[in-house]
Amino acid sequence: MNSYYLKRTARAVLTVWMVATITFGLIRLLPGGPMQQLRADLLRQGGMTAAEVNARMEQYTSLVPDQPIHIQYFNYVAGLAQGDLGQSITEQEPVVDIIAETLPWTLFVMETAQVMIFVFGIVLGAFLAYKEGTKLDSVGSAISIVLSSIPYYVVAILAVYLLANIGGWFPARYGYDSTVASPGLNLPFITSALYHAILPIGSVVITGVGLQLLAMRGNSIQVLGEDFVRVARLRGLSDRRIATRYVARNAILPMYTGFLTLIAFSIGGSIILEQIFSYPGVGQEMLQALENRDYPLMMGIFLVITIAVVISVYIADLTYGLIDPRVSSGDSSEAY
Amino acid sequence: MKRTDSGSVSGTDFSFEKGSQSNVEVTWNDRLRDFWEEFIYKPGLVAWDDWRTRIGATITLFFLFMGTVGAYFYRQPSTNQVERSVGPFQNPDYILGTTPLGEDVLAKIIHATPDILIMITAGAVWATGLALLIGVLAGYKGGLTDRALTSMSDVAMSIPGLPLIMVLLVTVQPTNPAIIGGIITINYWAGLGRGLRSQVLTLRDEPYVEASRTMGVGTLRIMFKDIIPNLMPFVLVNFVNAGRYVIFQAVALYYLGILPSTTSNWGILLNQAVNQYGALFSLDGAYLVFIPTIAILLLTLGLILLAQGTDRIFNPRVRTRLAGESESTDEEGNEQPAAGGF
Repeated sequence: MNSYYLKRTARAVLTVWMVATITFGLIRLLPGGPMQQLRADLLRQGGMTAAEVNARMEQYTSLVPDQPIHIQYFNYVAGLAQGDLGQSITEQEPVVDIIAETLPWTLFVMETAQVMIFVFGIVLGAFLAYKEGTKLDSVGSAISIVLSSIPYYVVAILAVYLLANIGGWFPARYGYDSTVASPGLNLPFITSALYHAILPIGSVVITGVGLQLLAMRGNSIQVLGEDFVRVARLRGLSDRRIATRYVARNAILPMYTGFLTLIAFSIGGSIILEQIFSYPGVGQEMLQALENRDYPLMMGIFLVITIAVVISVYIADLTYGLIDPRVSSGDSSEAY
Repeated sequence: MKRTDSGSVSGTDFSFEKGSQSNVEVTWNDRLRDFWEEFIYKPGLVAWDDWRTRIGATITLFFLFMGTVGAYFYRQPSTNQVERSVGPFQNPDYILGTTPLGEDVLAKIIHATPDILIMITAGAVWATGLALLIGVLAGYKGGLTDRALTSMSDVAMSIPGLPLIMVLLVTVQPTNPAIIGGIITINYWAGLGRGLRSQVLTLRDEPYVEASRTMGVGTLRIMFKDIIPNLMPFVLVNFVNAGRYVIFQAVALYYLGILPSTTSNWGILLNQAVNQYGALFSLDGAYLVFIPTIAILLLTLGLILLAQGTDRIFNPRVRTRLAGESESTDEEGNEQPAAGGF
C-alpha cells in the first residue's frame, strides 16, 4: 500500500462528508429555509403542542430543533453513518425504503445504457480510426459531432412523440405493464421491463455514443502511429492480433476512468429521463421530492447518488492502478 | 498536453524584454495591436479556414443578433395578440405559428434569447474564471497550496452536478439569469481547473518563466504576464464548452419546472407544449415542441462547432494534420465526461 491508495481513500471519505455537511447546511442553516417551513407547515395543521411539533420534526429529519447547532450536526452525521436518512414528509415512509425500492430501476436503465455506449463507442471508434481519411470516416465523425450536440432529453421527448404516441410501437411510460406482469423473477415481467426500457436506454445511447466514439477514434489514431505498432507489423503479426492486443488495449486505457465516472454521473442525469418516460426510478422520486419540497427525501436521494458516484470513482482509481502500473509508481499525480 | 507553439513563446519573450527595459516607447496602441495580431487575428485566420468555425460563428452571431436587436425591435409575446393555434408558415405575420393562448411563437423564442445569453455568459465566465484562478495558482505555486486546491477540486468534481444544482435552486430559488447561470456551473470549474493546472505545470519550467522568476518578478505578475496568455486558447475552447453545458442544463431545469416560469425560456415553451397543450399526442400540435427544440439544437450545435473549430488552432495534433499529412478532421474527446457532464 502506498500513498496513492491512501490518498484516494481519504478523498472518497472527505467527499461524502462534505456532501453530508452541505445537505445539513442547506436544511438547517438557510434563513427561512426547510426547517422553518416544516415547522410552519406542522403548526398550521394545528392540534399539536410545540413539543409534539419538535418530535415530528425529529422523526422527519433526525434533527432536534432546540439543540445547539454542533450537537445537531453531530447527530445528523452519526445518523447518516448508521443509514438513517430520515423520513419522507409526503410519503410517510423511511427515505431508505423509498430509495431501495426505486434505485434498482435507475441502475438497470442507466448502467445498461452506459455499458452500451462504451461498447459501441469503442467498436465504432476503432473502426473509423482504421478507415481514417476516407469518406466513411468524415461522414461518421460529422454524424458523431451532430449527435453529441443533441441533449439526450430532446431525443427522449421526440422518441415519446414519434415512436410511442404517434407510432405506437413502444410504451411511453412506466417501467413495466402492471396488467400483464407482477414484479419478480418471471418471464412476462422481465420481457415487459426490457420492452419499457428500450426507449430510455436508446435515447441515452444515441446521444452519448458520439463523444466516446470520437475519443476512441482519436486515441486509436495516435496509438496506430506509435513505434511499437510498426515493430509489431514488421514482426509479421496478424492484423487481428495487432488490432486487439496492441492498438485497442492502449487506446481504451485512457477512456477507462472516464467510463466509470460517467456511469456514476449518469444516475444524476436520470432525473430528467425518468420524468419524460414516467419511469419508476430514483430520479423520478427526486423530482417529486423537489416539487413537493420534501426535504428529507430530496437530501437523502442526493446523498445516495453522491455516494454511488464516490464509490464508482474510488473503484475506478483503485483498479486503474492495477491495469496501468505507471499510475501507482512514482509520477502518479498527473495520470489523468 | 498541449504545448505552447513557438509563436506565442516569442510573443512572451517580447513582453519580458519590455519588463526589463522599462522606458522603451511601447504605447498602449502598439501593445493592443500586438495582442490583436498574435491572439485574435492570426488564430482567427486559421480558425476561419475550418468550415466548423465558419458555421459555428455564423450561428452564434445569429443568436446574439436575435437576443439584442431582435428582442429590441420585435413585439413582446402576450396572450391573444394573434389568432390561436395556427401552425407555422401559414401567415407571414406570425411566421412560426401561435400557441393555443394566441401568443406569437416567434416572439416567445426571440424574447427568451436575451436571458439565455446572459445565463450562458455568466455561467461560462464564472466557471472558466474560477478554474483559471485555481488552476494557475495550484500549478504555479505547487506545494501545500497545490495540494489544498487540488483536493478541493477533487471533492467538488465528484459531487454529481445535476442533483446538486437542483437542490440548490429549490432552496435558493433565484430568478436573476446571471445567478442561475452561476449556480448551474457551480462545480463545473473543478474539472477545468485540473486541466489548467497540468498545463501550468508544463509552463512553469519554461526558460522565460524561470528568467522572470530569477529577476524577482512577483508571482501575480508572472501569472498574468507569462502564464495566463499561453493558457488563453485552452480557456477559450472551454469557455464555449461551459456555455453549451449551461444551455443543456438550463433548458432541462426549466422543462422540469425546477426553475420559476416567471421569466421566458425555451425550456418553458417545451414544458407548456408537453404538459399543457398535449403537443406530444397529436400531429397538429407538434410544432410547439419542434420549434423550441430546433432553437436549442441550433445554438448548441453552433457552440460545439465553434469550440471544435477554434480547438484546432491550438491543438498541435490537429495543426500537424492541417500541415498536410491527411485531410481528415480530428477531434479528440477534449472534454472529460466528468463534473456532471451528463
